[in-house]
Amino acid sequence: MRSKNTFLALALTLALALPYGMAWAADPGVTATEIKIGNTNPYSGPASAYGTIGKAIGAYFKKVNEEGGINGRKINFITYDDAYSPPKTVEMVRKLVEQDQVLLVFQPLGTPSNSSIHKYMNEQQVPQLFVATGATKWNDPKGHPWTMGWQPNYQTEGKIYAAYLLKNIPNAKVGILYQNDDYGKDYVKGFKDGLGDAAKKVIVMEQTYEVTDPTVDSQIVNLKNSGANVFFNVTTPKFAAQAIKKAFEIGWKPTHFVNNVSASVGAVLKPAGLEASQGLITSQYLKDPTDPQWKNDKAYLDWLAFMKKYYPDGDLTDGGNVFGYSVAQTMVQVLKQCGNDLSRANVMKQAANLKDFEVPMLLPGIKINTSPTDFAPIEQERLVKFDGKEWVGFSEIYDGSKMK
Amino acid sequence: MTAEQTASAEALVAARAAARSAELPRAWRLAGLAVVLATACVLPLVLTGFLVFQFTLVLVYAIALLGLNMLTGFNGQISLGHGAFYALGAYTTAIMIDRWHVPYAWTIPAAGVVCLVVGFLFGIPALRLEGIYLALATFALALSVPQIFKYFDEWTGGSQGIVLSKPKPPWGLPISADQWLYYFTLAVMIILFVLGWNLLRGRTGRAIMAIRDNPIAAEAMGVNNALYKSLTFGVSACYTGIAGALSALSIAFVAPDTFNIFLSITFLVGIVIGGLGSISGAIFGALFTQFVPNYAQDISKAAPWAIYGIFLILFMYVMPRGVAGAIRMLWRLARQRPRG
Repeated sequence: MRSKNTFLALALTLALALPYGMAWAADPGVTATEIKIGNTNPYSGPASAYGTIGKAIGAYFKKVNEEGGINGRKINFITYDDAYSPPKTVEMVRKLVEQDQVLLVFQPLGTPSNSSIHKYMNEQQVPQLFVATGATKWNDPKGHPWTMGWQPNYQTEGKIYAAYLLKNIPNAKVGILYQNDDYGKDYVKGFKDGLGDAAKKVIVMEQTYEVTDPTVDSQIVNLKNSGANVFFNVTTPKFAAQAIKKAFEIGWKPTHFVNNVSASVGAVLKPAGLEASQGLITSQYLKDPTDPQWKNDKAYLDWLAFMKKYYPDGDLTDGGNVFGYSVAQTMVQVLKQCGNDLSRANVMKQAANLKDFEVPMLLPGIKINTSPTDFAPIEQERLVKFDGKEWVGFSEIYDGSKMK
Repeated sequence: MTAEQTASAEALVAARAAARSAELPRAWRLAGLAVVLATACVLPLVLTGFLVFQFTLVLVYAIALLGLNMLTGFNGQISLGHGAFYALGAYTTAIMIDRWHVPYAWTIPAAGVVCLVVGFLFGIPALRLEGIYLALATFALALSVPQIFKYFDEWTGGSQGIVLSKPKPPWGLPISADQWLYYFTLAVMIILFVLGWNLLRGRTGRAIMAIRDNPIAAEAMGVNNALYKSLTFGVSACYTGIAGALSALSIAFVAPDTFNIFLSITFLVGIVIGGLGSISGAIFGALFTQFVPNYAQDISKAAPWAIYGIFLILFMYVMPRGVAGAIRMLWRLARQRPRG
């Protein structure tokens, strides 16, 4: 039954695809009326909270289509669930490339998922664009010319904290707590690179934890006892909440940098205690939809109207929906720049040719820039401080691309 | 011979005859096998690369499910942790290729041996646990193994995992890498199925099943329960480990997130759907494992797992003894109809 259906579907696809394929000889996924874009997202499984990003992207493409599409072509957005499991990502992405014949794969989510298709995409020479992960390895134009990230990567963020620290905190004694894996090490590497020669002098203690650890209490006690007056907290939400709470309980009051990964008020700061969270510093690049300062901002109101019309089930406090909306706008910009040359090579060329592109829901002053040697679209962030209720911006925009 | 003995001997003969009539006759079975094998050989020649890849995964799952079925279906030990052996096999292959540059074909038996030994050793303490308690112990195994691999990140690449290259077809064969991998997996699977069939139909198989049906009687008949149970555990782990090794080759990527607890549960679902205690059931179970989740997603993007759940309940309701059991039952009905 199943294979019969597959055969039938296959035959039909072939029959339908052939005439177009001949007319538009260039690359798969493009006809006179359509551009096929593939995607995987964790709609189920341990990371399913991120699935809203895929839904927001789909909703935005629907809006673009209703408004006439891109150069007369509608976007056909095909998105599959990979449940955050790398083998499923491989299977679904191969389906997208080989069976659905998409022009490109856009925004697959997760570091392991993207790692599992990294080689395949580059061997097949199919764009793997604006992947949803903060790892630094996606910025590798020479080794992997068909893959590009989007959000600021962990090293960039680490560098930005270092730049702030060097400028504003003399006599800093830094204690670091980080998750003992590539994510944690990426942050610490960026931070140390940013500090440069000062790193050895300034950092007084490094503590690590495993994802499997029940708590990080003893690490926090150790860090306090080291005499550190600055705490660089590189932890995922559960541990971040523990660390903030414990530091407060034992009366340790350092200048506390918490990584953007754990900046959620609902998921981290509330469980840790809003009082304990006061004074925390993190970095931002997107407008937080819960932040009242954007209440009358045109970009925010546009986003709100979009959500109400195209994604009414979506959570208006979930930053993932701002993320999906903004990254979809970046994708549309690339396709617009491609004009009528919708070959895979030109898609990559245009993705690497974004100049001071402004996305409305990025913080004012942050612009997207790429070049053939720079595959890191967003490299600017600003620092924000938690005032007990919300994050408040207090620093200028730091540009990670200008720091070495 | 007393009357009682005669009666019980007659009952035994009748029971055997009934059992035989429930099974398909030899000629039919051979014909069926030939058709399945021919289909399996032709499949990659008529399908596109992606579908060949999917069917390679079916073969991989079939090996893993046969392994688990030996333990759970034939020997009556429930394992919720075979994902751990699958992971161990996958990592053995990945590390041997990535670190030591061993030709990939050699890593498959190596993965089998590693899992055989680990499975056997795990089987010894597991002897003290029965039924649901064993299920919990193996569940713990499945939970801990991915994190253990993450811990030894110099070898395993931590949470980033290990990226492998797909094996290229040897001897200048004019087929694609996907097709080659399919035939390679098919060959391994046939070898393992023949070995498994040989193991299960003879003395060893009878002992394994006797332990499941009545451990005390088996012991009384001179079966070394402890040895057989640990050995079954080892062989079962070995099969699943080889499947894991083959999956590492075809996915060309190994990472801890691959081997979450859901994988182990998927295996258990697979053998129950396919048919407990049936060799062919492993293949049906593998088809279910590979295609039903995708099919569910095609039906509903919003609630694929609800659809999957409905399929699961339907299967269990319509075919309580799995697909293999249902085929056997249909055969029996077909035979009885002309008489009645």
